[in-house]
Amino acid sequence: MKYIEPHGHMVSRTTDDYQRIAMAGCEILCEPAFWAGYDRSSPQGFYDYYRQLTDYEPKRAAKFGIKHYTWLCINPKESEDAGFAREVLQIIPEFLDKPNVLGIGEIGLNKNTKNELAIFEEHVALAKEHDLPILIHTPHLEDKLKGTRLIIDSLKNANVDPSRVVIDHAEEHTMPTVLDNGFWAGMTLYPESKCSLARAIDMLELYGMEQVWMNSACDWGISDPLAIVKCGLEMKRRMYDEDIVQKVIYDNPKKFLSKCPNFLQ
Amino acid sequence: MKAQKQDIQDLYFMDSRFKLLDIAAYLDRVDRHDGEADFRHPAFLSAIQAMLNPAEGLTRAQAVHHAFSDHSTEPVESATIQFAYGAVNPEQ
Ligand SMILES: [Zn+2]
Repeated sequence: MKYIEPHGHMVSRTTDDYQRIAMAGCEILCEPAFWAGYDRSSPQGFYDYYRQLTDYEPKRAAKFGIKHYTWLCINPKESEDAGFAREVLQIIPEFLDKPNVLGIGEIGLNKNTKNELAIFEEHVALAKEHDLPILIHTPHLEDKLKGTRLIIDSLKNANVDPSRVVIDHAEEHTMPTVLDNGFWAGMTLYPESKCSLARAIDMLELYGMEQVWMNSACDWGISDPLAIVKCGLEMKRRMYDEDIVQKVIYDNPKKFLSKCPNFLQ
Repeated sequence: MKAQKQDIQDLYFMDSRFKLLDIAAYLDRVDRHDGEADFRHPAFLSAIQAMLNPAEGLTRAQAVHHAFSDHSTEPVESATIQFAYGAVNPEQ
């Protein structure tokens, strides 16, 4: 089953995982910059991380015939120290011309704080300055509803074109607002705490199959790099035709990614 | 949607039955153990009520999300924790 992984954190994954997703049909993988499971101690730590995302990971993916892209930012969990975050923000522009960089992400909020929001807005300004699309991380669990609303308000105030923004980790209570405001919505398929395969398909049925993608995140938490193809199979069990499955797991993400200047058609 | 109600039952009844029993046993387990349950327990019970009687305009899943969600609207001054509990802690 041919598919695109639009949000996978391969730096936390083994090379065996690249082999497994390639065998399952993954052709393109996009890796947003994120939290490493611990707070980095210096901006230099981020510099090396961006080198990994723009140089090493594309080569590792290419060994399995997978085209690797990335999104750059300092994630919201490490943005609470605004001074530190601004130092990191200064080193991002020198990486934006790397051939696999799609845009700014995954930026967003974690605990919905003033500093997180300020750094979010500075990232949005950077994206606008470079005319790049944006990938957004919404907070988890009890913080998601409020965080999604704050993010949408902020993007509206900044006059960002919503069709060039994906708001990821959307769930039943946030997806309608995301789509109604013209943004793309991402659903993160996760064995625990986020969205199950069945619920993702429910959301497609409830809120439509346009401007949505599914991803596995496949980060350092308990997550499944094969979640997208498993959801494709689940759609078939729910009697969806092959062309609908392909639309959701391949055509839709490709349509959004085509808005990114460095994405090769 | 080609699938009919009974197709959905065929696919998901057994799995949902299993998960429902797990929830029931979890509630029994909390009841059975010593000590005081924290804010997550009343939130859990009210989410069950919300699922059974979703507010006007909400699906059952949305009603459960809403029961666990922070409904305040202003950004907070600063973060005291990096993680989320799954329910609103009135002391945070
Ligand atoms: Zn992520």
